[in-house]
Amino acid sequence: MDKYSVFSARLVEQTEYMASGHRACQGCAEVLALRLVLKALGRDTIVAMSTGCMEIISSPLPLTSWNIPWIHNAFENSSAVVSGCESGMKAMMRKGKLAPKKINFVAMGGDGATADIGMGPLSGALERGHDMIYVCYDNEAYMNTGIQRSSSTPYGASTTTSPAGKASIGQQTRKKNMPQIAVAHNVPYVATACPSFPFDLMEKVKRAAEIPGPAYLHILSVCPTGWRIPPDEAIRYGRLAVDTCMFPLYEVVDGKYRLTYRPNPVLPLKEYLSGQGRYRHLTEKDHEKIESMMKSDYEKIVKLSDEV
Amino acid sequence: MAKAMDEIKWQELEIGAVVTEPGNAAEYKTGSWRSERPVVQKEQCIKCGVCWLFCPDMCIIRAVEGHFTANLNYCKGCGICARECPVGCITMISEEG
Repeated sequence: MDKYSVFSARLVEQTEYMASGHRACQGCAEVLALRLVLKALGRDTIVAMSTGCMEIISSPLPLTSWNIPWIHNAFENSSAVVSGCESGMKAMMRKGKLAPKKINFVAMGGDGATADIGMGPLSGALERGHDMIYVCYDNEAYMNTGIQRSSSTPYGASTTTSPAGKASIGQQTRKKNMPQIAVAHNVPYVATACPSFPFDLMEKVKRAAEIPGPAYLHILSVCPTGWRIPPDEAIRYGRLAVDTCMFPLYEVVDGKYRLTYRPNPVLPLKEYLSGQGRYRHLTEKDHEKIESMMKSDYEKIVKLSDEV
Repeated sequence: MAKAMDEIKWQELEIGAVVTEPGNAAEYKTGSWRSERPVVQKEQCIKCGVCWLFCPDMCIIRAVEGHFTANLNYCKGCGICARECPVGCITMISEEG
């Protein structure tokens, strides 16, 4: 990140592959992540998208926000659809029915479509080794239907199906570690990113597109509606999540870990937790518990990336 | 101009509900959602483009003089540009009054 200054924003690709007029909430960082991913991938891209926030906001039937080919499919099978697209296009190129060309095949889904419902097809697609990218937009709950908990919701967060109260702390289980599950498939490229670090994100998307074989990208997308924060703080909270080590930015190339951003100084976790409405019921003791969980997760990643 | 959903009869839909015109969501103006609008102080703007890069509604455009302004047809008034501007030249002004 050091080689990029904030002023290189103007060197970024100017073409928009996502049109204005989409129906995302004010301050949605998920649609910002989507926009940056498409900017990095460019024109020759085919996207299959699971049901979720990004699908409903971009395609109310007579209208579409997409300037590239886009397929909507059911909640679970975006990775299966993209596998079929990739194999079909490869066969047609081999038979000479299509001019050979480098095309990016991208499957996209939210955290519900990735960590809960689409887990099986995703695992299958990663195992079969299609030349595709899977992008998971993780906003840490089913925001589209009204903030229900998913397996990606972090410990202690209050959602409508894991409400905080006298007998409950909110979400009682820990966040499912999807990037590690993808790494366990021995895929050539796995990375985590956040739209608050746009150059880091676009760099990772480009690398994922260049590397042959399946790639998995996990993007933390701040959701002001579901996280109960003001819309203008969306970018700031993404930055806080990374700077407090709650969401480490790293990439795994052929099993080798590398932290792409080391927060310096590491901010206290309280700054990230205290401003969000979904964590406002937590006491000092709960903060300490979350911090110890977070530290053990982060130290594992640091240890793995220091080994090589 | 695509018709509104309730004006379209089923016979007029493409097979498989395919939308043949890319990016036609731009016909839908989201500017009416706004309660605050961003105002840019031209003299202070350093033309870095950070507001453009972080805008989730793709509504920041570059003016002829080089500074950036919001396209109020699409701006939803989230205030990210005002918060992220490194020199603080964008202020959010209430649409009322």
